[in-house]
Amino acid sequence: MELITIIQILDSTVRLATPLLLACLAGLFSERAGIFDIGLEAKMLAAAFFSAAVAAMTGSVWLGLMAGIAASLVFALIHGIASITFRGDQLISGVALNFLASGMTVLIARDWFNEGGRTPALIDGGRFQEITLPFANALADVPVLGPIYSELLSGHTVLVYVAFLAVPATWYILFRTRFGLRLRAVGENPGAVDTAGISVVRLRYSAVLIAGLLCGLAGAYLATGLAAGFVKDMTAGRGYIALAALIFAKWRPWYAMGACLLFGLLDAIGNRYQSLELLGLPIPTQFMQALPYILTVVILAGFVGKAIPPRAGGQAYVKER
Amino acid sequence: MTLMQKLLGATTALALSAGAALAEPGLIIDLGGKFDKSFNESAYNGAQRWVKDTGGDYIETELSSEAQREQTMRRMAERGANPIIVLGFANASTLEKVAPDYPDTKFAIVDMVVDQPNVQSIVFAEHEGSYLVGMLAAMASKTGTVSFVGGMDVPLIRKFACGYAQGAKAANPDITVIQNMTGTTPAAWNDPVKGAELTKAQISQGSDVVFAAAGGTGVGVLQAAADEGVYSIGVDSNQNYMHPGSVLTSMTKRVDNAVYTVFNTAADGELPTGINALGLENNGVGYAVDENNKDLITPEMTAAVEEAKEKIIAGEIEVHDYTTDDSCPVM
Repeated sequence: MELITIIQILDSTVRLATPLLLACLAGLFSERAGIFDIGLEAKMLAAAFFSAAVAAMTGSVWLGLMAGIAASLVFALIHGIASITFRGDQLISGVALNFLASGMTVLIARDWFNEGGRTPALIDGGRFQEITLPFANALADVPVLGPIYSELLSGHTVLVYVAFLAVPATWYILFRTRFGLRLRAVGENPGAVDTAGISVVRLRYSAVLIAGLLCGLAGAYLATGLAAGFVKDMTAGRGYIALAALIFAKWRPWYAMGACLLFGLLDAIGNRYQSLELLGLPIPTQFMQALPYILTVVILAGFVGKAIPPRAGGQAYVKER
Repeated sequence: MTLMQKLLGATTALALSAGAALAEPGLIIDLGGKFDKSFNESAYNGAQRWVKDTGGDYIETELSSEAQREQTMRRMAERGANPIIVLGFANASTLEKVAPDYPDTKFAIVDMVVDQPNVQSIVFAEHEGSYLVGMLAAMASKTGTVSFVGGMDVPLIRKFACGYAQGAKAANPDITVIQNMTGTTPAAWNDPVKGAELTKAQISQGSDVVFAAAGGTGVGVLQAAADEGVYSIGVDSNQNYMHPGSVLTSMTKRVDNAVYTVFNTAADGELPTGINALGLENNGVGYAVDENNKDLITPEMTAAVEEAKEKIIAGEIEVHDYTTDDSCPVM
């Protein structure tokens, strides 16, 4: 295999892993605080639609991004109200939000744009442009390192860099700040946090809202970075893959990046080769597509390691009985 | 103005009903809605053109969920619409059940064969249209590699792919044809991100003309091709306008003509039943040339494609239909 082919596949990996990574980190914050979030898909979809819709109407991708994040935050808030304030079942709230987003986006799109549930195709100002890193063109001819820098690292949209910077930021916030310590504690033993005089409700709300922010970025990246406009159900299950990656990463930020890159790589290889020959055995592309889920099941079955979710995950906190 | 139109409409309707004393035709718009830029919109446009040309009137309803199919069909028949057109293969089983209950009503179904005495089944020769755009792709390609992005992996889409590959090989026997399907579930019709990624992967393998037969996923394919500066080919409706200068042509499937013809023949008298195959000879399928792409198609390309078209119509070239034996000789 030639170097340039490998770089192209890795380049595609980075693009495909970015929405997964943002959604995965969103899930990480939420679940570390004890709120299961099956509605990542919903938040991404809502953000994808509103970012594309506002970008289409105003011609500004930044306003679109704002609208996407706002929509995602509203969904996060609904999830928070249902599962924190009213102590509802977190899974049911998430599933309900998924249905709501899937139906609502198409309905509004039909009403606003009359294009059968799509937004108009975004023109240049309405999309995130690719950023060429300094000296990328000058260094392109340097052997090996040149193409890696100019093809693989340079030439992505700004949200890709944001996503990868979010990984160390998440690690720092969760493991090196007081807020992070409390956030993790609230997912393990909310009673202890409450006893220490810290508001469980406020911590959980902030975790859910951070998840909303990150999902907003993920959705906006799908609609205004990778694609040029919204299409019905365009998240296509990425929210669930992100959840699988989260379990695969055992709720840790750096591992989450590794898992998302691995899943992105599998996707990129599947896109490139419809059927793959490995040691003389043909591997159908469907197998590659199923591999993320298979790997997650293997992890959950305890073959590769034990994935232990935050202990208080999925339980509403009741102060006194 | 509107009053005038109404009056005019009323008089023509009166004249028509006096002359032919026929029921109004009905059209059931399928899921996806009448402004879907593709299949349903095409049918709607056909009906509108018929209204404009003949001054006639028709009844229209739009499905909003899968569960409404039977109810909507029955209600349409009971309102006295005749003939009734239903769109898409998903209606076949329902129509199979409903049609015998209304023996005096004629039905027409697009994209599927329903074997009932009062049903006309309209099927398109997608492989022939794809053959022609495959030739155009091969002639426009500078790299000697062209590609295909399908939506969900179903025989109908493989029929497009197979026709396309045959056409490309006919124009240039040495050409490489890359084929990718987006997925195996209905989500594959609405994944422009994956469509764009597949397109970029194909481009990096040397493809410089990409044909998308993938519903909403195709939007991403056309966009990626425009971003990367290569040609793309649209499908079903004329999509040349979406990225002028980048969309080489579109493989058109004239559902609008089918609707127009059914409405017209019904107005003239009896709607013939049985299978109505629409291919190149009756402009059921074809390739689109308009002001957006006329500079991309050279006279030599037009000549070669027109010649192939004549030969297919005359039976001198036989384009293999994937759905007859679930295999493609050239892929």
